[in-house]
Amino acid sequence: MDAQKKTMIEIDHINKWFGDFHVLKDISLSVRESERLVVVGPSGSGKSTLIRCINRLEAHNEGRIVVDGIELTEDLKRIDEVRREVGMVFQQFNLFPHMTVLENCTLAPVWVRKLPQKEADELAMSFLERVRIPEQALKYPGQLSGGQQQRVAIARALCMNPKIMLFDEPTSALDPEMIKEVLDVMVDLADGGMTMICVTHEMGFAKRVADRVIFMDEGEIIEIKPPQEFFESPEHERTKLFLSQILDN
Amino acid sequence: MSDHFVRTTHAPAKPAPRIQIGWVRWARENLFSSLLNSLLTVIAVVLLVVMLPPFLDWAFFSAVFSAVDGSACRVDGAGACWAFVEAKFGQFLFGRYPDAEKWRVVLTLILGIAGLAPLLIPNRLPRQWLVAYLLVPFPILAFVLLSGGFFGLEKVETSDWGGLMVTLVVALTGIAASLPLGVLLALGRRSEMPVIRMFCVIFIEFWRGVPLITVLFMSSVMLPLFLPEGMSFDKLLRALIGVALFSSAYMAEVVRGGLAAVPAGQYEAGKALGLTYWQSMNRIVLPQALTTVIPGIVNNFIGLFKDTTLVLVIGLFDLLGIVQSNSTDPTWLSPQTATTGYVFAAFVFWIFCFGMSRYSVFMERRLEAGAQR
Ligand SMILES: Nc1ncnc2c1ncn2[C@@H]1O[C@H](COP(=O)(O)OP(=O)(O)O)[C@@H](O)[C@H]1O
Ligand SMILES: [Mg+2]
Repeated sequence: MDAQKKTMIEIDHINKWFGDFHVLKDISLSVRESERLVVVGPSGSGKSTLIRCINRLEAHNEGRIVVDGIELTEDLKRIDEVRREVGMVFQQFNLFPHMTVLENCTLAPVWVRKLPQKEADELAMSFLERVRIPEQALKYPGQLSGGQQQRVAIARALCMNPKIMLFDEPTSALDPEMIKEVLDVMVDLADGGMTMICVTHEMGFAKRVADRVIFMDEGEIIEIKPPQEFFESPEHERTKLFLSQILDN
Repeated sequence: MSDHFVRTTHAPAKPAPRIQIGWVRWARENLFSSLLNSLLTVIAVVLLVVMLPPFLDWAFFSAVFSAVDGSACRVDGAGACWAFVEAKFGQFLFGRYPDAEKWRVVLTLILGIAGLAPLLIPNRLPRQWLVAYLLVPFPILAFVLLSGGFFGLEKVETSDWGGLMVTLVVALTGIAASLPLGVLLALGRRSEMPVIRMFCVIFIEFWRGVPLITVLFMSSVMLPLFLPEGMSFDKLLRALIGVALFSSAYMAEVVRGGLAAVPAGQYEAGKALGLTYWQSMNRIVLPQALTTVIPGIVNNFIGLFKDTTLVLVIGLFDLLGIVQSNSTDPTWLSPQTATTGYVFAAFVFWIFCFGMSRYSVFMERRLEAGAQR
């Protein structure tokens, strides 16, 4: 890790509640440029909520989140600025079913970045090539396989030229034979130097690309370690238990 | 025979078996597939045999197609008095709109169709311009043309408007106003801002809670009492506002159903891409929400179209009203006059409503084929 690199995301003692339920408990984390984090933890531990706070799909109640120098507050203008810098890929793809693949990709560049349609089309085609499905550009999402849809979703996020990419279990809704094609694209992205936070249980991916692995349980960060240490010598009992459970099956 | 099922040769694809056709097979499947169905078929045939010949006789064979007055229709055994419809046709379409000015109504109709037709027929014209034209310049043009009083156009009081023209003015204003208003109300009802949400809920529930006939009475009898002395505004205009607000409340509920059917992930994807609220709504949520509720929207339009007949209670003469008032014309008095008039009015209403219904089916099919969801 390069200590010279600037901080992209600074999460400082945040707390969040859903009603009375304390979902994020005093979380602090700082992510440097080009750093790749993998977040693991049992279901319901608050992984999604944490990364959704980074682009303000959820609002934190206490503490500070600063993304690329912009602090997230109620201020809608700043929220929009942050969202332009941060791309997100969802478990359920969330492609727009009434638009073609190409239209999905050009929507935000045209309306948010105000690119002319023609430039946006070219940009989108270049990213569709990067995720290896340029030939599907004129199809509708419903005509594609899950793996193809998720790659379109990645291309769509990349079309905004984000500095940070968030992945929320991008392969969990996929049939096994399609997981690899999506992971390949993510590895490619990581090799290109993208700052990434990935919630995923693909341990091979974590070992291959992660700079640090974060283990969350019950709204807390229990352990942060480089992947090798994390998998070979976890410190906490809960981490060990979790690892033994997911490595069993 | 071997007892295992592993193929040793490649199985060539065979053409699908031909489905037997022929009317005997069709009848067996569609008309006599069970005892109950056979019974229903027999009953239907008997009803047709009993009712169809007298109707055909009334509508065509014994009908009076041309006459100068009602005497021919007063003859015993005479059928439908189509001559009456023919003689009054102009009134049925335009009411008492002056003959010399009728071109203005026709021109308005042409201007309207010019904007609407390209919107309804699938093509690549810029839809937002067409919608903008229909929502702003067209209503102004229509108002100037129909009511006159500007640019040397003779003023025609709305009390002289009537017939199909009034039906269309009321229905189309209601339709054109209720869709955008209904969308706004539906969005407001889901707003995170309590004041907006409250306002929309109260508005929707108020208008849904009162019968249209009450709204119309209120607008024509009560409203003038609340307005300052000497200030009055047109009866037709008041009815239009009443109908528009009434139908937008219904539309809001239909659209709300459509909004609820759009998964939360769609909103989130829009936000995550940095789209603003209105951009997400216009580009992502509303196109999906509105297409899922096309049947409900068209159903509302059809209901509204037929409800326009209620304007009769405040003294406006729509198609039905003008037919009714003409059927008491002494020149045309006959046992068949009123019946013929009503059948004619029913037929015109049916054509419009059936047209809307078929169009909605067409749109649904097209959208299904397009998105292949
Ligand atoms: N919008 C919400 N309202 C209330 N509770 C929620 C909401 N979203 C998530 N939760 C709860 O918060 C907890 C953490 O959820 P989540 O962050 O999705 O966990 P993970 O992604 O680790 O499985 C879960 O118990 C979940 O039920
Ligand atoms: Mg999750």
